[in-house]
Amino acid sequence: MAATVGVNDVEVGTELPPQSFTLLRVNLVKYAGASGDFNVIHWNERVATEVGLPNVIAHGMLTMAEAVRVVTDWCGDPGAVIEYSTKFTKPVPVPDHDAGATVDVSGKVIEVLDAGRVKVELTATCEGVRVLGMARAVVQLA
Amino acid sequence: MALNIELVGKQYPPQTYEVGREKIREFAAAVGDENPAYHDVGAAEALGHGDLVAPPTFAVVVTRGSQLAVIDDPELGLEFSRVVHGNQKFQFTRPIVAGEVLQTTASVHSARTMAGNDILTIRSDVADQAGAPVVSVFATLVARAVEG
Repeated sequence: MAATVGVNDVEVGTELPPQSFTLLRVNLVKYAGASGDFNVIHWNERVATEVGLPNVIAHGMLTMAEAVRVVTDWCGDPGAVIEYSTKFTKPVPVPDHDAGATVDVSGKVIEVLDAGRVKVELTATCEGVRVLGMARAVVQLA
Repeated sequence: MALNIELVGKQYPPQTYEVGREKIREFAAAVGDENPAYHDVGAAEALGHGDLVAPPTFAVVVTRGSQLAVIDDPELGLEFSRVVHGNQKFQFTRPIVAGEVLQTTASVHSARTMAGNDILTIRSDVADQAGAPVVSVFATLVARAVEG
């Protein structure tokens, strides 16, 4: 594995470059196909609203997949992610228009561990609402 | 039928998954992730991987079949129509790469009822052909209480 960021380059509080991800209905359809998760609440507005959701919602695992890009783009090697966990605190509604939904993700180092590893905390929001809770990754740095 | 908390520790038969390059590319493209390590074998090799490396959350594709076997277990009594995804955790021993054949063994990691909600954590342990661990995946599902 070959992270391009060294453990000596970071300290507690080091911020990772933030990113924004746009999710359109087509992205949910693509993710359903690629992941095999065809739960109707991710593509059928009638069923989603019938079960009390504000709209079709993104797969939690899609939001999780987007959020970790802040880590993998920063550290230089996706294989350097040793641990990754989150709670799904709020759904990401994806309206049927060209703007879709936007998920804003930022991250910072919250702990320097042994053996060149660091713990990163991610913050993911959609229209100012936190959609992931306790989103954390342990990364093996160079 | 309520969640059967006595099934904690139950293991399910292992399932095999062969990791394909095109599946990794498809998954990364679906997420909109153009990281070259997911698309270009040379780029992945330059990072020290034997083939295309899979995105961290690709492990859900590998473990999906074994997780469904738990969810569909009639002894478990999980009300799937009321289920929301509560938590997810991946613990990697090493990354998943294209071309390998993996075996996933799922088990009921925890099961409890709190305030009428059924809370189930499925653990999926992924190993290579030699039996060496690759990743452990924990998915917590919450079946919301029936209102009224």
